[in-house]
Amino acid sequence: MLADKDRIFTNLYGIEDWRLAGARARGDWDRTAEFIKQGRDWVIEQVKESGLRGRGGAGFPTGLKWSFMPAEDRRDGRPHYLVINADESEPGTCKDRDIMRHDPHKLVEGALIAGFAMGANAGYIYIRGEFVNEAARLQAAVDEAYEAGLLGKNAAKSGWDFDLYVHRGAGAYICGEETALLESLEGKKGQPRLKPPFPANAGLYGCPTTVNNVESIAVVPTIIRRGPSWFAGLGRERNTGTKVFCISGHVERPCNVEEEMGIPLRELIEKHAGGVRGGWDNLLAVIPGGSSVPCLPKETCGNLRMDFDSLMEVKSGLGTAAVIVMDKSTDIVKAIARLSKFYMHESCGQCTPCREGTGWMWRVMERLVTGDAEIEEIDLLEQVTRQVEGHTICALGDAAAWPVQGLIRHFRPELERRILDRKKRAA
Amino acid sequence: MTALETDIDQPTTFAFTPENAERVRAIIAKYPDGRQASAVLPLLDLAQRQHDNWLPQAAIEHIAEMLAMPRIRVFEVATFYTMFNLAPVGKYLLQLCGTTPCWLRGADDVKAAIREECGIGVGETSADGLFTLMEVECLGACVNAPMIQVNDDFYEDLDKASTVKLLKSLKNGEEPAPGSAVGRHSSEPEGGRTTLMGDR
Repeated sequence: MLADKDRIFTNLYGIEDWRLAGARARGDWDRTAEFIKQGRDWVIEQVKESGLRGRGGAGFPTGLKWSFMPAEDRRDGRPHYLVINADESEPGTCKDRDIMRHDPHKLVEGALIAGFAMGANAGYIYIRGEFVNEAARLQAAVDEAYEAGLLGKNAAKSGWDFDLYVHRGAGAYICGEETALLESLEGKKGQPRLKPPFPANAGLYGCPTTVNNVESIAVVPTIIRRGPSWFAGLGRERNTGTKVFCISGHVERPCNVEEEMGIPLRELIEKHAGGVRGGWDNLLAVIPGGSSVPCLPKETCGNLRMDFDSLMEVKSGLGTAAVIVMDKSTDIVKAIARLSKFYMHESCGQCTPCREGTGWMWRVMERLVTGDAEIEEIDLLEQVTRQVEGHTICALGDAAAWPVQGLIRHFRPELERRILDRKKRAA
Repeated sequence: MTALETDIDQPTTFAFTPENAERVRAIIAKYPDGRQASAVLPLLDLAQRQHDNWLPQAAIEHIAEMLAMPRIRVFEVATFYTMFNLAPVGKYLLQLCGTTPCWLRGADDVKAAIREECGIGVGETSADGLFTLMEVECLGACVNAPMIQVNDDFYEDLDKASTVKLLKSLKNGEEPAPGSAVGRHSSEPEGGRTTLMGDR
């Protein structure tokens, strides 16, 4: 188990003071100017060496992403922007909320360092609209930082000017997709953009922009303070560092917890969440990384490590590290059908395969719940998921397809049983 | 709420109060010159807050004018995002999370409690005008499931009894403290932390 001294989010639960004084006492805002004075390349190199991969779901290497922003000698006069994705809406996920309400200065300090590293003098934090209180808390932390000279002109006496703004959304899962988020921030409906051009070339207001998840930015100051080799020494190659996990569903004590990347799933659930309700043998399935990733049956969960590559190997994903646990009392078909309804509701309607496909998949899923279907329709449904997956502008189509694919892959006998039972009853 | 209602009484005009007009100026100043359209979500939100938690068409038109946006662009935004109420709602807007993590832990019980206590189902407003119920998608409090959002506040770790208690308290005009109904501070495991015990 990760030692407390190696935890980054030392006020994850909000037991201590979230304000600047409390944050400073926990080590935040220490030597920030010193790091910035080392220069852009140095900062980016630190992040690259740490092995940090994006914490928003896709797992793209953060330092590499930053290096896509035009270098100092290749700037064309357009401003650069840092945009922080705080639109946390992936079912199962509630980690960024805790960072913003309990440790907001880690995010604000990280924003300054990241902004500097990508040549941005302004940053926007796009927070989901429903987080009214969290946005107010974050704004209070930003205000404190301005008052203390940590933001604005010559921020934290670093020689770099940096303004940071909090912007609330208004209810739309799709705005967690980075280009939909940029559209929304520009005052439009949140419909994803075709790429290329990528945001690093033409993002917010057509200017070079990098969009990063809250957790990805908030861990950066600690990584630099403790040195990238400390972070890289946790977990394993390509899967380094610590991670905030959200454990929900049928466990004795649901919780958020920061753990070492690669912690065994069973250990995570039993050490921190009090175990599966009714014991490990009562486990039916786990969705290991938020609603978009395929579920895994108990057989796969016993020796599973919670990192990007381990979960890829079992055809699922780490996603946002939101672990949704389902015990044997669960109607697994209904649980996944509810996710299909979610994607139908959240499809922005721009691409036909997603707009039509999400509704089609949900309707078939609803019939599979009661067994009101033909056996052949299971294969038909699987084929339709393949028609949606990879045929849309953004990954929402994929995200709608994968839970259904996971269900068919691991629970086909259950789907068949319901159909046959219903036929038997009718006969 | 994404459908424009046609059979409701719409006010013919809308104007921000002087205090809110001041806020409008501060909001627009957050965005670069010429990019004032970025302020459309916060301005719609502010207008809704000023107008009993629903957004009349006159406010949409007023904001379009203020931001020099075509009216249809602002209508497009107001109808795309779920948080804009285009028709009147109760004093307490109950947003019940019905997505899988909440459903697994008893969102249906919370829904049943609301029906029993307020006499309303999804999409309905109680006869006394106090409560409107909406079923919404994941609100991002999954380790404190099931939960509902009442206006701006999250009420978490609910079951049938605590939901009834919450609703009774609202009916009595009280201001029940948001957060966990089972005494958790926030997202730590119930009954005691397993980390951050102070050994650092």
